[in-house]
This record gives sequence, C-alpha cells and structure tokens, in this order.
Amino acid sequence: MRAGLAAEFGSGDDLLIAVAELRRLGYRELDAFTPHPMAELEDVLALGRSRLNWVVFPLGMGGAIFAFWLQWYCNAWSYALNVGGRPPFGWITDIPITFESGILATSLCVFVGLFWTIGLPNLTHPLFKVDGFERASLDRFWLAIGAGDAALDRARTGEELARLHALSVAPFGGWGDPAGARR
Amino acid sequence: MSAALESVLVGNPSDVALTDQLLDPVWGPKRKTWGAAFLVTGLGTCMLLCLILYTFYEGIGVWGVNVPVAWAFAITNFVWWIGIGHAGTFISAILLLFEQKWRTSINRFAEAMTLFAVMQAGIFPLIHLGRPWFAYWLAPYPATMKVWPNFKSALPWDMAAVATYFTVSLLFWYLGLVPDLASVRDRAPTRWQRYVYGVFALGWRNSAHHQRHYRMAYGLLGGLATPLVLSVHSVVSSDFAITILPGWHSTIFPPYFVAGAIFSGFCMVATLMIPIRRVYGLQNVITTRHVENVCKMILLTGIIVDYSYLCEWYLAWYSGEQFEMWTMLHSLPSGPNAWAFWYTMFSNVVLVQIFWSKRARTSELLVWVVTIFINLGMWTERFSIIALSLQQDFLPSSWHAFHPSPVDWGLCLGTGCCFAFLFLLFLRFVPFVPLAELKELKAEVKPRRHV
Repeated sequence: MRAGLAAEFGSGDDLLIAVAELRRLGYRELDAFTPHPMAELEDVLALGRSRLNWVVFPLGMGGAIFAFWLQWYCNAWSYALNVGGRPPFGWITDIPITFESGILATSLCVFVGLFWTIGLPNLTHPLFKVDGFERASLDRFWLAIGAGDAALDRARTGEELARLHALSVAPFGGWGDPAGARR
Repeated sequence: MSAALESVLVGNPSDVALTDQLLDPVWGPKRKTWGAAFLVTGLGTCMLLCLILYTFYEGIGVWGVNVPVAWAFAITNFVWWIGIGHAGTFISAILLLFEQKWRTSINRFAEAMTLFAVMQAGIFPLIHLGRPWFAYWLAPYPATMKVWPNFKSALPWDMAAVATYFTVSLLFWYLGLVPDLASVRDRAPTRWQRYVYGVFALGWRNSAHHQRHYRMAYGLLGGLATPLVLSVHSVVSSDFAITILPGWHSTIFPPYFVAGAIFSGFCMVATLMIPIRRVYGLQNVITTRHVENVCKMILLTGIIVDYSYLCEWYLAWYSGEQFEMWTMLHSLPSGPNAWAFWYTMFSNVVLVQIFWSKRARTSELLVWVVTIFINLGMWTERFSIIALSLQQDFLPSSWHAFHPSPVDWGLCLGTGCCFAFLFLLFLRFVPFVPLAELKELKAEVKPRRHV
C-alpha cells in the first residue's frame, strides 16, 4: 500500500484488538508493523501461509538436474574421460555436486524470491515519512489502512481508531491531500 | 516451560532498554579492549597477506611440505576452519528446526563465526595450488583444450560444497540480519549513518505482510542449511576417504568428520562467547544457561568423536592389513610428531570429560580455558590424520618426518588473526545479538509472570 492512514499503538495487545475490531467493521486493506514478529497478528489479519516454498522447490530441483546433466555432459558426452577404466558416466560420483547445486539453487531462489515477493528493496516507502514510525522497530505497534479500502472514511475512521486507543493517527503517501490521493 | 525460558533471558527489561543495551556496541563509545584487539589482529592480518604474497612469489617450497608429506599445515588449517564453521550453522539451522529457544541470543555471532571461518578455510586450497591463478580450472567452462574437470575427483566436490556452504551461510546470516539492521537504522544518531544502515536494511519496515513470507524463507534456509552442513564435512572427508592411504581410507570418515566439526565449532563458540558477554556486559541475554548448554553439546559431540577414534583403531586391527595396522597402531602413537596424537588424546578424550560436572559447565573461566585446549586438540587431531598418516607410507625407504617451516606457523597464526579481525569488525558494526528475535522471546515469556 502506497497511501492511506497510519495509527500508532502502545502495546501489541492494543494493536491486536484494534485489528480484530477493524476487520469486524469491514476494513480489508490492513497492514501492521511491529518490533517483533507476532503470530497472532497474522491470524487476525487473515494472512494465511506463505506459498514461497511451492515456488522455490521446482527451481531448486532444476538446479540439481542442471548440475547432474552438466557432469554427464562434461565427463561422458563432450569429452569421455577415462579414469582408471571407470565408466565415463559414473553417476554415483555425480551425487555430491548434484546435491550441493540443488541446495545452492534453492537457497538463491528463496532469497531472491522473498525480496521479489515482498517488494524490497524499497528505501523510499511513504510510511517512513510518518512522524514516529521509526519506533515500529523499537517499542511501538503501528497499523496502516490502505487508501483503496472501501470502509476508509476520513472522519469516521479517525474516531474509530481513537476509540481503539490509538496514540496517534496520521495520513501517509498523500492520502487526504487536497490534491487527491496518489496511489 | 516459563522457568526454562526465563533462564535464557534474565530480568524484565523494557523494549527500549533492551534495544539500547544490544545496540550499545554499535552506537556506544568504542571500548579500549576492542581497540587494542583490533590493532593486534590487524597487524596479524597484514602478516598473513605478506606471507601469502611470499608463498605466491617463491612457491609452496617455502612450506615444510615435501614428498611423501605433501599435505600438512595448509590442509589441516582448511579442515579445521571449515569445522569451526559447522557449529554456527548447527546453532542457527538445526536448533531452529528443533525450536530451541536458547539459540536466539547466540545464533547471530555463531553464524558470523561460520562466515569468517569459511573465509579462512577458503584461503588454503587456493594458495596450496601453487599456481593459484589457475584456480578457475576447477570450474566447468568451455576451455580451448576441450577438457572438462574430472567430476570423479573429490576436489571439484569440495569446491562445490565449500562454495555452496559459504553462499548459503552468507544468505542465511544476512536474511536474519535485515530486521535488526532496520532497528539500527531507526536508532541511528546521524543522518549519514541512518542512510548507510538504511541501504543495508533494504527498506525493511516490520510489516506483517512481509513477516509471513520472511518467516517461511528463514525456515526454508534453515531446512536447507541442515543437510548442507552435514554434507560439507562429509565431502571434505572424502578428499581423504576415497584415497587408498592407510589412516585416510575409511568409511567412518564422513560422520567422524562432521561430529569433530561440530565439536570444535561449539568449542570456538564458547571461546568467543565468554569474553564477549563479559566485555559487553551481556550476562542477562547470554546467560550461564547458554554456556552450560554449549558445554553439553561439546560433551555429546566429544563422545561421538571418541567413539570414532575407537572404531578407527578397532577397524585397523580387525582388518589384519599390515599397512593399516602400522599407521594406526604404531606410526600415529610412536612415530615422528606423535606429540600431536597424544595431545589430541589428552584434550579430546580426557579433558572433555570434565563437562560431566555441572560445576565445571557453569564456571566461566574453566570453560574458557578448557575450550581453548580442545580447539587446539581438534587442530592436532586434523594434523594427526592428515600429516601423520603420510609420514610412513607403504615404502619404508620413502619415509620422511614432517617439519613445519616458519611460514607454515605464520600462515596458521595469520588466519587466526584475520578471523579475529573480521569478527571484531562484525562486533562493532552489526548488532550481534538478534534484537527482533529476542524481543519476540521476551514477549513470549515475560507477560506470563503477571497473569
């Protein structure tokens, strides 16, 4: 979400209650920012399990198969190497490199895949301009409602957040500007 | 459960206090001990570079190696340093999968230890080539001579294993570091520092949407690193085990080497952890319980290593093969350089048994001294396996005792300094106790006391 309304909470429990309540009120485009991972939060936000594993598994297998093929190609096909009369395609000796390459390819895919999925690096997210947001990595718990959320209303949402014990509420990414929301 | 968890995090500091305490090594004033150690290890690193250049200029004849002992100090250092790294991955990956909460405060620096140890290890095969500028011949590339690497040799396996190990360790370490780099960024005193750490934090903003993918990725890397760490020293041991040399040619080598690696690695964790927690006053997050658990791991892996020694001797005797019996039962305990063998026996078989005692496991100074002895003992173990098996081979007329040259000793010491130098930089610039994870642990443990 590039624009919307952000709210600050003093404790994880306040945040959890607020998220649950906002979900009940019909808000759907919600995100939360906490100093440490909170498993309950993902349940309340109804985020579900990441499917990253299904993406990287075939790619990692591809790496292993490529390494196996490469060893066959080098030592058995392109230049059949005779080492003490052993068969050129001695697949058992190809296992270590196949295994290591599978691990390497999978790990690289996990790393690249993660940052691709979550859209980082992004050093200039509008939330960083919100006053006090830097405490989301320290001891404050933040909540953001995306500008595209149908339930978001300038006056009503602010009141609801105040009722839910938000310490401060601030728009970000130009939401609510007279010039109009930038998304 | 709560009591067990409380012993890994003493007291109930506020989030701000905990963050400030853990970021103090980064943002606080430099400590004098740090500066002194930095200077000494920096000089040692310079010496290492000079000796490497000298070796390149003169060739590896400046070392003590000569036929039949063509592998000695350099390969010993390689195997030893790779082994040191294993405990880091063990702590960060295997203990993660087993959900051992006590790993939290020591996993970051154990992972850094892995990275820096693997860097030191990587130096040795390279400089041992004699013509290191041809190292790329190990990689399959379309050469004009149309010859590819021989993948039936253990050396290309080794390169694949070590390169993979380094890369995966680096990714795992960095991935774990990203949320904490964001914490450092958010507490940076100046705009410039905020910018630099901000770049390395990649714009991490602690989002719950990111967190669920992040947790999956971290778990996946842990799951991948687990079989990897077991494979790396197995492959390294294959360098020896697939030859026909007595003392090397043994099917017990892969598990034997892996156990030895984790054994020596945990000793190095203890050797580093004890001064760090004292100098930085971190006794509340790296508690006596951590020291004790590490000692228990040392004892466990030590017993596996001792069992492997017994197996080796028994199999040598049971084989009835004269060369095998000579190497294992005569050359090692009473041949040239037998001191290495007997020192190994003293530290890895006798001394390690001290950790059966709870008093020994909880005495900081004793643990520190004993683990240093065992670190050296694991080095002499590798040295016994590698060099002592070569000294007296099949043909008595070619027997030759190995004598290390000053360059050998200098390289050995130099990598120690380089390792410590990199580690000191890490302690100064990166939060070495995972902040976000520790806060999560705190949130999990502490509220229960008030309910």
